[in-house]
Amino acid sequence: MRISRDQLLSAYRRMKTIREFEERLHQEIATGEIAGFTHLYAGQEAVAVGICSHLGPTDYIVSTHRGHGHCIAKGCDVKAMMKEIYGRRGGLCKGKGGSMHIADVSVGMLGANGIVGAGAPLALGAAVAARMDGEGKVAVAFSGDGAANQGTTFEAMNMAVVLKAPVIFAFENNHYSEHTGVSYAVGAKDMASRAAGFGMPAHKVDGCDFFATYNLMADVVAYCRAGKGPVAVELDTERFYGHFEGDPQRYRGVGEIDRLRQSRDCIKAFRARALSEDLVDSATLAAIDSEVAALIETAVEEARRSPPPVAADVLEDVYVSY
Amino acid sequence: MAKMTVREALSQTIRAEMERDPNLIILGEDIVGGNGTAGGPEAIGGIWGMTGGLYAAFGPKRVIDTPISESCIVGAAAGAALAGKRAIAELMFADFVGVCLDQIYNQIAKFRYMFGGRSKCPVTIRIAYGAGLNCAAQHSQAVYSMLTSIPGLKVVMPTTPADAKGLLTTAIRDDDPVMFFEHKMLYGETGEVPDGEYLIPFGHARSVREGSDATIVTCGALIGAAANAADKLAAEGISCDVLDLRTTSPLDEEAILDSVEATGRLVIADESPPRCSLAADISALACNKAFSSLKAPVEMVTAPHSPVPFARELERAYLPNAATIEAAVRKTLAYR
Repeated sequence: MRISRDQLLSAYRRMKTIREFEERLHQEIATGEIAGFTHLYAGQEAVAVGICSHLGPTDYIVSTHRGHGHCIAKGCDVKAMMKEIYGRRGGLCKGKGGSMHIADVSVGMLGANGIVGAGAPLALGAAVAARMDGEGKVAVAFSGDGAANQGTTFEAMNMAVVLKAPVIFAFENNHYSEHTGVSYAVGAKDMASRAAGFGMPAHKVDGCDFFATYNLMADVVAYCRAGKGPVAVELDTERFYGHFEGDPQRYRGVGEIDRLRQSRDCIKAFRARALSEDLVDSATLAAIDSEVAALIETAVEEARRSPPPVAADVLEDVYVSY
Repeated sequence: MAKMTVREALSQTIRAEMERDPNLIILGEDIVGGNGTAGGPEAIGGIWGMTGGLYAAFGPKRVIDTPISESCIVGAAAGAALAGKRAIAELMFADFVGVCLDQIYNQIAKFRYMFGGRSKCPVTIRIAYGAGLNCAAQHSQAVYSMLTSIPGLKVVMPTTPADAKGLLTTAIRDDDPVMFFEHKMLYGETGEVPDGEYLIPFGHARSVREGSDATIVTCGALIGAAANAADKLAAEGISCDVLDLRTTSPLDEEAILDSVEATGRLVIADESPPRCSLAADISALACNKAFSSLKAPVEMVTAPHSPVPFARELERAYLPNAATIEAAVRKTLAYR
């Protein structure tokens, strides 16, 4: 085990925060209080946290439409995120972006993105910027298995190899591209071998196993920081909710989600291993659980009370100057 | 002042800005050229010959020769800009906007807004546009009308060497994304260019000819045709007020409306097809805000609602020219 106790607890806190954030949103969205499309990350926490645990605030990530987990893992303010999802003026993006466009460039989070496949070129650009600074910074392009099939992602992988750019292509395989199975939509055997075909090292890991993900990513991030070029990682993970909130999920097998929650819950697996190997004690985890629950409760309460934007805000921030 | 071509003015401006700002990068296909060939790097220096020498001067981290991957050229420029850099992305032909429209339309144009004003995206996308070289339907289009309609973008079109320098300098230093349209037929135009720092603010039209009988609003390569039409009419005692918009977003509404209020007659010459075009936009502006001044219906001289054809005869028939502009002016003057 190459992880310190502090890092372990920090990772647990972030995974738990993502889970509670998403479980709570699932409830609140059902009330009708939150507008628009929301795509929940519950089930995939070990991917975002296993990767972002190795990143600092000066590293960059580019996220997807399923971006809440990446935002929290990279250090976006949870309460400001909740306000954003509620469409409040005090939200992280002043209520202009909503769930699909949360960003905070000050912590290196270059945006969730409503366009599947748009992120990889942006991460490549951030890596080009990082390379200029010569400080060993890296950029991570989070892509789902859907984005893995977009031409933009292929272009970015090729160009990253050509430029030897410090970018990590993280393919989160949650087995569903919206409502279509990966076994249908991905023509190749897997995404990792396809990425390897572009000329970069490519790995596969169980993204529901935080420890395996964390350990692999330690090496991957170190490789990129050393200026050796891009790396691809395919992370096998699970989506506990639908493509979007309200998705009736008729494409799921009978009892599939219950089974996944029993046998493929990355947080359960984390707790089981951390406790059985005496890495942490259950009282410490319970304390984190209550702190996270309180944070989410406060975030929702504050978001509810927070004032909405005003009509005049529509025209703000279209340009820096015009 | 020094006499030079539009091409030289653009080339010198890029180099001067690269020297001035170590945070500035440039990327595109063949901007270095020759990489991976017997000719070696800089065998090309840009297909329009404007980026030669940059690679040797500024190195591969700032002068980035890319594969043919337009989405990644624009996307990487955008990502670098979000990460605190400033970028010039070269797309060769304006038509290739079609390949990377998502990065332009859904990404760079919207970042600042979607992110609540907490980011900026200083990217200048240089694109060669326009018909006149018989390059046919996919290498000749004037796509500025389409891009002018997108909130979040600025759209700039220099026509003289001096404007090329002044507008490109402003574009590169601007904190917003700029679509910088360079007309292929104007690269060889010569003119005097001011020495040293020279910036032209966006949203200020240039007066090409002053006149009181009719207003001709235009941009890009049609400036020459409009000036020729005005000169011919002037010989008959008809004076035209000719405006070069320079930027279509922001648009110098004041200059257009002031002129229309003075002349009462408006001709708009626009190289794009007519539907939802710059011409239609300015026509609506005049009808809306200068209706009582208008003495005749607004005339739109545009390309037809067709792709750009190949054959010389067809391309000539496609493009507006001095004769069609002149005829439109006469038509507005004849209206009673």
